[in-house]
Amino acid sequence: LPQAKYKERGTVLAEDQLAQMSKQLDMFRTNLEEFASKHKQEIRKNPEFRVQFQDMCATIGVDPLASGKGFWSEMLGVGDFYYELGVQIIEVCLALKHRNGGLITLEELHQQVLKGRGKFAQDVSQDDLLRAIKKLKVLGNGFGIIPVGGTFLVQSVPAELNMDHTVVLQLAEKKGFVTVSEIRASLKWETERARQVLEHLLKEGMAWLDTQAPGEPQYWLPALFTELYSQEITPEEAKEAIP
Amino acid sequence: MDRFSWTTGLLELGETLVVQQRGVRLSDGEEKVKFDSGVLLLSTHRLIWRDQKNHECCIAVPLSQIVFIEEQAAGIGKSAKIVVHLHPASSNKEPGPFQSSKYSYIKLSFKEHGQIEFYRRLSEEITQRRWESIPTGQAMQVNKDSKAGRIRAVGIVGIERKLEEKRKETDKNISEAFEDLSKLMEKAKEMVELSKSIANKIKEKQGDITEDETIRFKSYLLSMGIANPVTRETYGSGTQYHMQLAKQLAGILQTPLEERGGIMSLTEVYCLVNRARGLELLSPEDLVNACKMLESLKLPLRLRIFDSGVMVIELQSHNEEEMVAAALETVSEKGSLTADEFAKLVGMSVLLAKERLLLAEKMGHLCRDDSVEGLRFYPNLFLTQS
Repeated sequence: LPQAKYKERGTVLAEDQLAQMSKQLDMFRTNLEEFASKHKQEIRKNPEFRVQFQDMCATIGVDPLASGKGFWSEMLGVGDFYYELGVQIIEVCLALKHRNGGLITLEELHQQVLKGRGKFAQDVSQDDLLRAIKKLKVLGNGFGIIPVGGTFLVQSVPAELNMDHTVVLQLAEKKGFVTVSEIRASLKWETERARQVLEHLLKEGMAWLDTQAPGEPQYWLPALFTELYSQEITPEEAKEAIP
Repeated sequence: MDRFSWTTGLLELGETLVVQQRGVRLSDGEEKVKFDSGVLLLSTHRLIWRDQKNHECCIAVPLSQIVFIEEQAAGIGKSAKIVVHLHPASSNKEPGPFQSSKYSYIKLSFKEHGQIEFYRRLSEEITQRRWESIPTGQAMQVNKDSKAGRIRAVGIVGIERKLEEKRKETDKNISEAFEDLSKLMEKAKEMVELSKSIANKIKEKQGDITEDETIRFKSYLLSMGIANPVTRETYGSGTQYHMQLAKQLAGILQTPLEERGGIMSLTEVYCLVNRARGLELLSPEDLVNACKMLESLKLPLRLRIFDSGVMVIELQSHNEEEMVAAALETVSEKGSLTADEFAKLVGMSVLLAKERLLLAEKMGHLCRDDSVEGLRFYPNLFLTQS
C-alpha cells in the first residue's frame, strides 16, 4: 500500500510540472509574439542579427530551426527563411554537380543562390548558407562542409571524403590544382598514398586530370574554377535541378 | 590622433562614400582613446569616424594625410587592425579632439570584422588619389559655418541627412532588438531548465509516465526546439504533428512517386513539398521524423535507407529488388554502363541510378570496374556462366 502511495505521488509531481510547463509555454509564446511584432523585420533583414540570434539559442540549448512547427519558426518566420534557402542550395548543387562532382566553394554557392533569389529578395549571408546546409545533412544526401584555406567547400553528394581527401583538397585550394610531388613535399606522404587519394577524387568527378601539364600531371578541382573564371548555370542545367 | 578634425560627417559636393564599417575603435598609436565604438566611413576624400552612441561626435582626416597603411592580423582576443601612418598635421588644420600626439600613426580596430574589404578599398583610394582630381568645398567649415556649407550642397546634404536619420533609427532599433532578444532568451532558458527537470522525473519513475503525458511533453519540446532529454531523440520525433504530417505526405507524394518510377530521394521530396507549400515550410528534421512513421502508420509509402546513407521514399508497391532484375537486363544489353549512362537511359536521377546499380552488385548480379575513368558495371558472368 505504501508503494502505491509513492507511485501516486510520483505521478502527481510530473503532472504538476507538466501543467507548469504548459502554462509557462503559453507565456513564452506571448512574449515571443510581442518580440516578433517589434523585431521580426530585424531577423529577416539583418544577417548579423540572425547570427546573434542563432548563437544565443545555441548557448541555452534551443534549436530554432528544428521544426517548422516550433514557436520560433511560426512566429519569427526564421524557419521559412532557412528552409527555403535549403531548397535553393539543393537546386544549385544539383545543377552544377556534373561540372564539379558535387563540390562547390561557399563563395560560388553564395553567388549562385543570390542570383537565383533575384533583386528583391532578402539579403543572405554565408553564415546563413552554412546554417541551412547543417540542417540539410539529416536528409542523407551527403551534405557536408569542408574547411579549406579560410573558406569552405560544400559537399552535396554521398561520396566518402576522409581526412586524407580533405587535406589534399585544402592543399589544392591555393592554386586550384595539386600534383603528386606537391603532396609528397607538403604532407610528407608516400607516392602511393597520394595517388590513391587523387584517384578517388578523380573517380568521384571532383578532380580533373591534366596530363599535358609541363612536368608532371596536374589534378584540378573544378569546384575552384570560378576563382579563375565565373560561369552561369545553363538552362539545361537548371532543368536538371528541378525534381 | 592630432591629425583629425571635428566634422559634421556630411559629405561635400563631389565627395563620394566608398565603404563603411561598424564596430571600429580608434587608437592613438599604441594608446587607447575614448573613440571606442564607431562607424568608420571611407570617402573619396576622407576617413571619417562617427561615434555609434553619440552621433554628434564625428571626426575626420583627409586621405591626403596618409603616408601608408599596414594590416595587422587578428589574434586571440584581439581584433584585426589597420595601422595608418600619417603626415604631420598641417598648420591650418581645422580644430579636432587632440592638439598633439606623440605618435605619427593611428590604429583602426575592427571589432565586428570587415577589415579585409576596408583595407582593400582604402588602398585603392590612396592609390587612385581621386581627391586630387575632384574638387570639393575645401574649407570644411565646422560648427558656426556648417549652415553655410549645407546651403551650398543642398540636394546631397538632404539625402545624407535622411541616410543619417535612417542609420540612427536602425542603430536604435538594433540595440532595442538586442535588449529584447536577451530578455527573451532568459525566459527560453527557464523553459529548457524546466524540461530537464521533468525529464529527470521521468527517468526516476522509469516508465511510470502515461502515454498521454509523454505525448504532451514531446509536443512542448517541439514547440521550443529543445532536444528530448530523455531519449535524446531528435527534437520530439514521433509527435502528433509528425503523424499528421506523415499522412499528408502519403497523399501529396503518391502521384509524383508514380511519375518517377516509384522512388524519390529525400532531398527531392524536401524540395517538392516545400516548393508546393510556399509558406510554413517543413524543416529537414520534420520531414525525416514524419517519414520514419510511414511504415508504422501503415501508409502506402515507406522510408528506405541505403548503405551509403542515401534516404529515399518508395511506394509500398515498389520493389527495388525487381527493378534490379530490369537493371541487369539493361546493363547486359549495353555490355556495361556507368551510373550516369544508366540514369540517362532509364530516366532516373544519377543518385538513384547509382544506388540501384550498387544494390544489383550487392545482390551479385553486377560486377564493378573501378578505374579513374569512372565506376562501370558489368553483368556478373561468374554467376551466370558457371
